[in-house]
Amino acid sequence: MGESISQKAGLGGFITTRLQELINWGRRNSLWPLPFGTACCAIEMMATLSSRYDLARFGAEVIRFSPRQSDLMIVSGRISLKMMPVLIEVYNQMPEPKWCISMGACASTGGVFDTYTLIQGVDQFIPVDVYIPGCPPRPESLIDAVMLIQEKIKRGEKQTKLYDRTQHPLDFQPVALVTEAAAGTPLLTGSRASLPAKDVETQEQNFPVGPPERTVTHVQRLKEPIAQSKNEK
Amino acid sequence: MGIDSASIEKVAPHAAQTLAMNIGPQHPATHGTLRLKVELDGEVIVRCEPEIGFLHTGFEKLGEYRNYNQFVVISDRMNYLSPLNNNIGFAVACEELFGVQVPPRGQYLRVIMAELSRLADHVISIGLQGMDLGAFSVMLWTFIEREKLYDIFEAVTGARLTTSWTRVGGVFRDAPPDFPVLVRGFLAKFPAVLDECECMLSRNRIFMDRCIGVGTLTKEQAVSYGVTGPLLRACGVPYDIRKARPYLCYDQLDFEIPTRPEGDVYARYQVRLAEMRQAIRIIVQALDKLPGGGENKEKLPVSSLDHKVTLPPKDMVYSDMESLIHHFKITMPGHGVIPPQGEVYSCTEAPNGELGFYLVSDGTGLPYRVRVRPPSFYNYATMPKQVTGRMISDAVSVLASLNVIAGELDR
Amino acid sequence: MATDLAALVASLKTRFGDDVLGHTEFRGQFSVGLRRGANLSVLRYLRDEAQFEMLTDVTCVDSLNLPPEMRKEYPERFAVVYQLYSLSANQRLRVKACVPEEPCEIDSVTPLWEAANWGEREAYDMFGVVFKGHPGLKRILMPDNYEGHPLRKDYPLKGRGERDRFPKYTEMPER
Repeated sequence: MGESISQKAGLGGFITTRLQELINWGRRNSLWPLPFGTACCAIEMMATLSSRYDLARFGAEVIRFSPRQSDLMIVSGRISLKMMPVLIEVYNQMPEPKWCISMGACASTGGVFDTYTLIQGVDQFIPVDVYIPGCPPRPESLIDAVMLIQEKIKRGEKQTKLYDRTQHPLDFQPVALVTEAAAGTPLLTGSRASLPAKDVETQEQNFPVGPPERTVTHVQRLKEPIAQSKNEK
Repeated sequence: MGIDSASIEKVAPHAAQTLAMNIGPQHPATHGTLRLKVELDGEVIVRCEPEIGFLHTGFEKLGEYRNYNQFVVISDRMNYLSPLNNNIGFAVACEELFGVQVPPRGQYLRVIMAELSRLADHVISIGLQGMDLGAFSVMLWTFIEREKLYDIFEAVTGARLTTSWTRVGGVFRDAPPDFPVLVRGFLAKFPAVLDECECMLSRNRIFMDRCIGVGTLTKEQAVSYGVTGPLLRACGVPYDIRKARPYLCYDQLDFEIPTRPEGDVYARYQVRLAEMRQAIRIIVQALDKLPGGGENKEKLPVSSLDHKVTLPPKDMVYSDMESLIHHFKITMPGHGVIPPQGEVYSCTEAPNGELGFYLVSDGTGLPYRVRVRPPSFYNYATMPKQVTGRMISDAVSVLASLNVIAGELDR
Repeated sequence: MATDLAALVASLKTRFGDDVLGHTEFRGQFSVGLRRGANLSVLRYLRDEAQFEMLTDVTCVDSLNLPPEMRKEYPERFAVVYQLYSLSANQRLRVKACVPEEPCEIDSVTPLWEAANWGEREAYDMFGVVFKGHPGLKRILMPDNYEGHPLRKDYPLKGRGERDRFPKYTEMPER
């Protein structure tokens, strides 16, 4: 619709882009969170919404418990078998554009509890945009996650696609540690947040997976020397 | 649950058609994942059935696969408003099973942290009670107090919420040297906040109208339902485990048990306020009597000296053969701290009531059965009794006063 | 206090004869074993005559993996455990009623204490012990259509895959 107007005026996509930026600015500075709080992380979320770590400064003041009126769902706490259908239904009821933060270890991967009744990560069934590690994460982490969502909206992205776990198995396979020089970008400044989310291969190479490098000699004695790849860098 | 047509006739004699409504499990009252199925005649609740289990995590099953020192981490996550009480409750149960004694400094430290944690729980309970009834500022004030308590918890245990501070036979580590200064500094300003909350709520016309006479439980009903904690004390039964079966060093401290005869929501609010003031009294006494004071110059131990159960100090591990063997046996998988065979039921006074642990040990490092007796479970079972025949808005008030923590309720 | 409790526990044996299977004491706590048909009568006696007004907990223990030296307390597979508390005398007592695997039934004590209502529902949910005469025995912690009883020793910790079977989110169709 904006296209035809700007094309008629001969301005190309200029107005649409500006309009889109304005809309994104409005969206990211007035996120209406839906706190889907179940357990301990919910208490830290309430602490974030309280006076000391005020989330209202970021525009997320209007806490709506109704999914029809919110655009950011913060899943905080462990999700059990009985609660998962509720979560799915609430997420389906949210109108688009919507984003989702998975707060804490339990919502992201099942956390401390690998039991018969706990969902080992809500990202198996709903798309999650930002994961916050921690048990529970500090309120500063939640604020950081909201800021990451804001940057995501600034880049103009809608919610991510559903994460396909079969491509990235959680059982650990050792990967050679990548140093900063090889990666090209500093690893600790959060700049990977601005990497394009679609480009999964570059993401894999740009941040380390697995335990840090150890100069443990007995491992090298037992197996073929992996020192080869270590010395290369 | 199971109300027949005769009782429906009593409360709603002209109910031609009732409206079935569902509250929760995702709902604005931030009391966790609770679901209430109510049947309404206009605004009057004709029938109410609570449904729980939305946070069931399998703690008890997990307890059979974690050894006694690892289960502390899991016990934090039960009552997440006062995790130290859970840690201390489990540690007391373990020590009873193992037959070890905590040294006096450890006992006093545990008592101080348990009472601080009780303050954290009650202060939030009152704040959320205010918020559910509309007084939002009370919740913000009480959350600030909770943040100050978090600072103290972080200084002592290293974490704000999930503390995992106790071990079998003692605590993880000693308190920092400025611990009495921190706590006294907090206690200097805390009674003023309590006075403010009381000023805001206690004589408030709206609060009183919504709380007095709502959700009344008689003494016999409360005892029959197995209700404990502030709910039981608000019905007039002066039962407090800290006085009835003193654990740690509560028998050396002087405090009262506040009770009220009415048994309604307002009585529970008053009992919680009074309990907070008593907790302040306990903390001040315990700080004065703390063996070793803040700095602990004599290096008094905080954990039991029975090194079959507690880790020996590092310098002894490096120099003494026996300590090395003890350290090895405690930390390696397959060994761990080993109790005798037997079973024990040990309870402590959590802010919500009697938190009991029933431990069955088969003589190995892993418990055979860990049963957590959650106070919220038996407290919440009284919900239909309190709410039937009253209006739907009373259900909110009653739910806030019960202080149901879903983590503990569902485990 | 302790002598009163010991005397009481001994008197239970003389009073109820074969139904009481004996008692044990560990760390000062007494535990009485019962045959499963007798739990209602013995508990009624304890509530009315011995003044154990409060039932603080109802739970169950599965003795499948117990070492042999502890087995004499558990003649059958399951033991429903009642933790009783006397407010007037400030005493605690544990009562264990043994329940076999087949038929896995026992009388409900809801006529005596309301607290047993939810406690027994949880024991049924977690162990599969059916309480006869319960006003509404259904699952309380697991979903209603769940199969299996999780706290039994032969049930795996990580479950049987129910936690991975939920519908995946599908997006809105593109315009």
